[in-house]
Amino acid sequence: MSQVESRGTVVIAVDRCKGCELCIPACPPAVLSMSVDQNAIGFAYPELAPGCTGCGACLLVCPDFCFAVYGYDEPVLHEEEDTACAP
Amino acid sequence: MKGSMTHRMKLDTANPPAQAARQKGSFASGLQLTTDHDLCPGCGEPVALRALLDAVETLGLAQRTIGVVGIGCYTALTSMIDLDLIQALHGRAPSLATGAKRMRPDALLFTLQGDGDMVNEGLQEVIHTAARGENVTCVLLNNGVFGETGGHMTATTVIGQRTKNTLEGRDAAYHGHPILIGDLLAGLGGTSYVARGSVHDAAGVAKTRKYFERAFESQMRGEGFSFVEVLTMCPTGWFVPTKEGPGYLDEVMGSVHVTGELKVGGVLKRD
Ligand SMILES: Cc1ncc(C[n+]2csc(CCOP(=O)(O)OP(=O)(O)O)c2C)c(N)n1
Ligand code: SF4
Ligand code: SF4
Ligand code: SF4
Ligand SMILES: [Mg+2]
Repeated sequence: MSQVESRGTVVIAVDRCKGCELCIPACPPAVLSMSVDQNAIGFAYPELAPGCTGCGACLLVCPDFCFAVYGYDEPVLHEEEDTACAP
Repeated sequence: MKGSMTHRMKLDTANPPAQAARQKGSFASGLQLTTDHDLCPGCGEPVALRALLDAVETLGLAQRTIGVVGIGCYTALTSMIDLDLIQALHGRAPSLATGAKRMRPDALLFTLQGDGDMVNEGLQEVIHTAARGENVTCVLLNNGVFGETGGHMTATTVIGQRTKNTLEGRDAAYHGHPILIGDLLAGLGGTSYVARGSVHDAAGVAKTRKYFERAFESQMRGEGFSFVEVLTMCPTGWFVPTKEGPGYLDEVMGSVHVTGELKVGGVLKRD
């Protein structure tokens, strides 16, 4: 188990995402990654892992207005499970 | 798969946070009526539009703003803009803005044009408007292609850039040289403020928004013609995957149409 702190979070409007992936490299702590599933219009969309800082970079670069950004009053801690795959 | 890896936990992003939090940014600008549009995945134009609208909103000028829109992919975004707008013929927005401003001197007048619209179809319009020192702000969304009509070369396409009719890249000997319109306008006596931004990354978007604010403030002080050029991705016209659009924009276009403020308070910042 490892602990990760989120100072902020995002709400993602996945159903209007066009899967361009511009938000992925824009996120400084790299907590966004593309889904395996597709949304209602057939695109993969970003998913959020713990560690968001609420910086708003994703909101600035998204051409489809998919992000709302929040800053937590107190950081939120997440317990992440380390799942080791056998070599 | 070999080796060890951490499966990252997925957080709920469908709902606003349950814990105490403050909203730092909403989906869209307060001057947007909708969030849905039909422009391509990875297009830079909606990003630039939001920066413009955020600047108008920040300055509290929405009630006195009039936009004049040219013809290009961005024209399809007008249905989402909660401002008074005039639709111009191709390339003619600067003259319409001039007329509106002369009748409504207290209004904030901006044009919204593409490189094909401004630098090909209506080049003399923007040059004369700038040289006369008309107190309006012309805005150029520069992607180096006639995006809407299929991605052909424009007057701003840089040497080596691939477009629908320069498949081997623009060749100076055959196609001529690009016009660096921001630099050209900055050299004219009637211009007060000229800047070139780029939406290839978050810092570029934030700077672009600042440039819009400074141009609009300059216009409201009555300093004369102001100009904001924004380099925008057109992955469809360039034949590049959407995720390579920002890098291509910065490296290929940004190395020729160099970003930054070119003129402030009527004084050239670089030559
Ligand atoms: C007088 C006239 N000529 C040609 C056209 C066709 N036309 C529509 S959009 C467009 C290209 C616009 O390019 P640009 O301004 O760069 O906008 P983009 O689509 O790249 O955003 C052209 C040539 C037209 N509508 N009217
Ligand atoms: S707000 Fe910042 S840290 Fe959080 S997901 Fe967006 S880019 Fe990443
Ligand atoms: S930038 Fe926006 S449209 Fe593109 S993948 Fe990310 S959320 Fe989807
Ligand atoms: S053709 Fe280019 S400019 Fe037009 S919507 Fe598509 S990506 Fe944007
Ligand atoms: Mg264009």
